[in-house]
Amino acid sequence: MNFDFSADQKSLREQARKFLGEHASSTRVRRILEGAAPYDVDLWKGMGEMGWMGTAIPETHGGAGFGYLELCVIAEELGRSLAPTPFASTIYLAAEALQIAGTAAQKKRWLPRIAQGEAIGCLALSEGPRVTTPATLATRADGARLTGAKVPVMDGDVADFAIVLAAREDRRADLYLVDLGGPGVTRKSLATVDPTRSHARIALDGAAAEPLGAAGQGWPLVERLLDRAAVLVAFEQIGGAQAALDMAREYALGRFAFGRQIASFQAIKHKLADMYVGIELARSNAYYGAWALSKDAPELGVAAAAARVAASEAYYQAAKENIQVHGGMGFTWEFDCHLHYRRAKLTGLMLGSARRWKDLLVTRLEAGAA
Amino acid sequence: MDFDDTREEAAFRAEVRQWLGAHAEPKRGAFETWQSRYPGREGWDGLERAQAFQRSKAEAGFAALHWPAEWGGRALPPIYQVIYSQEESRFLVPRGYFEIGLGMCMPTLFAYASEDQKRRYAPAALRGDEVWCQLFSEPGAGSDLAGLRTRAVRDGEDWVINGQKIWTSGAHWADWAILVARSDPKTAKHKGLSFFFLSMKSPGIETRRIKQISGASHFNEVYFTDARIPDGQRLGAVGAGWGVAITTLMNERLTSGDLRGPDFEEIFGLARATQLEDGPAIANAAVRERLADLYVKTQGVRLTRFRTMTALSRGETPGPENSIGKLVNAPKAQEIASFAMDLLDMGGVIMDKDVAPLRAAFQDSLLSTPGGRIAAGTDEILRNIIAERVLGLPQDVRVDRDLPFDQLPS
Repeated sequence: MNFDFSADQKSLREQARKFLGEHASSTRVRRILEGAAPYDVDLWKGMGEMGWMGTAIPETHGGAGFGYLELCVIAEELGRSLAPTPFASTIYLAAEALQIAGTAAQKKRWLPRIAQGEAIGCLALSEGPRVTTPATLATRADGARLTGAKVPVMDGDVADFAIVLAAREDRRADLYLVDLGGPGVTRKSLATVDPTRSHARIALDGAAAEPLGAAGQGWPLVERLLDRAAVLVAFEQIGGAQAALDMAREYALGRFAFGRQIASFQAIKHKLADMYVGIELARSNAYYGAWALSKDAPELGVAAAAARVAASEAYYQAAKENIQVHGGMGFTWEFDCHLHYRRAKLTGLMLGSARRWKDLLVTRLEAGAA
Repeated sequence: MDFDDTREEAAFRAEVRQWLGAHAEPKRGAFETWQSRYPGREGWDGLERAQAFQRSKAEAGFAALHWPAEWGGRALPPIYQVIYSQEESRFLVPRGYFEIGLGMCMPTLFAYASEDQKRRYAPAALRGDEVWCQLFSEPGAGSDLAGLRTRAVRDGEDWVINGQKIWTSGAHWADWAILVARSDPKTAKHKGLSFFFLSMKSPGIETRRIKQISGASHFNEVYFTDARIPDGQRLGAVGAGWGVAITTLMNERLTSGDLRGPDFEEIFGLARATQLEDGPAIANAAVRERLADLYVKTQGVRLTRFRTMTALSRGETPGPENSIGKLVNAPKAQEIASFAMDLLDMGGVIMDKDVAPLRAAFQDSLLSTPGGRIAAGTDEILRNIIAERVLGLPQDVRVDRDLPFDQLPS
């Protein structure tokens, strides 16, 4: 039995924690929360110098060729620090889409630039405040031209290219690669619940696009892509949840009421114990997802859905109850509790809600039991 | 990351498999237990067969893998016990007869008894020739064990015991017991306790079965009326019994949190087989959502155990995550039972084994699972343990800690 990260992977985690402690401090995160910049450019550059963008990109495409377990370790630390960068969009979504569906030319064009931290990518799926499925898809592909509106697109305002889901005339969904610098693309920043991550509305008006992946395979590719990203985002969520639990613990130990530390009241102790249990259940499910992702195992579908559900719920629970433990102070702009509360909700929805993933999980369990 | 055994572990697993295949019987159904196969007279038939199995297990060297060789063990790291238990769980093997003696009483003797006493008791316990029980809980001292009131009064070379213990598994067939009792009520509650072992055949001991809400009787009350224990059977100093009891409890086998009754697989199967008003239960959105929640918890506990095994296999101390198993599994088992019955609607109440699905396993579970949330640490105590030992939060204010025991309100 060897169901844990290796010593090398753990030392990578320490290295990442140290780097982010310095370069993605609360002060730095708040600059993005309160300022006009969509992301922390200096931090992004630093991460590039650390070689993180190329972690799971093969050496033939300019990456470090480590693997997904290493990427999971980094993701957990990014989630803990709330690092305000387009890492998830670029690495878990855009680079993965290229890796699983791109032609040799597409990979050659984008992956080395991604690995160097010189290109930002994003996934443009959602079409407004409602579930987007192939049946509801309004963005149309006319040959190699796309028309429609994608909203919200995480990092869509700063990305160099987008992976776009659009329907052809026969209503089959396909993925397309769109250079966002080209004509027919209009981008507008969009306010969301988590201003530490930037979002856009992308309007496409006959924008030039090239197909990504086999014709008619758009939706299965999206599902595969979301499974892979679900594991990686789960590690971000666990990192964030652990940070929220740590904050709640620190505050409860230092705050006195009724003549004693509030951490000595069972109402608080049991709340923190429940946060811990939720996080450990999520962590174990996420480890299984990491294993399946690293081995490209057939278990990935079930493992990713379980990791997604467990981590989304654990993070939201930890972030929400962290505010409660802080009392009135937790409700102020000044305290960092709301940063995790915002990020928990954002990460819980960015790949689709837990409600939808639960349904998907049971569908996959049924298929496995059939 | 992988789920493979090391070469040594794989070889050991093969050895265990081969031995079990030759010496144990397969289960006839998922929920069959030794006691249900061999009920006999109050479990006596089961006990005699269990002792025969234990003897052959001891002779094959599987009965106490981590014990030193001089006491019949193999001095193996804990991962081998996990592997043995995994393999054994596929077979119908005795449960509930020897775990307390080997897992809790003998380690306490190893720490506090004389060499002569260890030689006298350990081999007999290992072979199952003598069965042990643990006399700790009392009607007024459960989660707060140190509040116990059974008195131990010195009389010459003996101690005289009066009082009542409760929730004692196996007291009705045990030959020997460990006991913690109050030797000094004038001092603070943790400081006035002493620890003994005694023969359950001693005069002045009366054992009564407790009937549980399920109708089964797994526990006993034990009454002491002037029962005598020689002072030579005291373990640890007079007044130091709490420390000895902690040693016992530290040796309590990592509560595996394994469910004996219906788990995710069974509720998932029921949802696929059951029709609701609008079609199969498995197609109902509310049912699907709860199934997903139960799956995530089930997998979470199972995979957390793999993390613990990994630490053991690497020769490391497992992290605190292994403390969540029972706290998650016990309420989950109760939820599965109740949820299954809801799916069966009005018919969910049926306990007739020929009518209810899985021979009424869900209904049985409804009535047995409340005990799981109380035994070996209530849900509330487990949360305290996580809060204090894992998260490092302070203990609750204890108003009784420094007062003489006989001045505490009760």
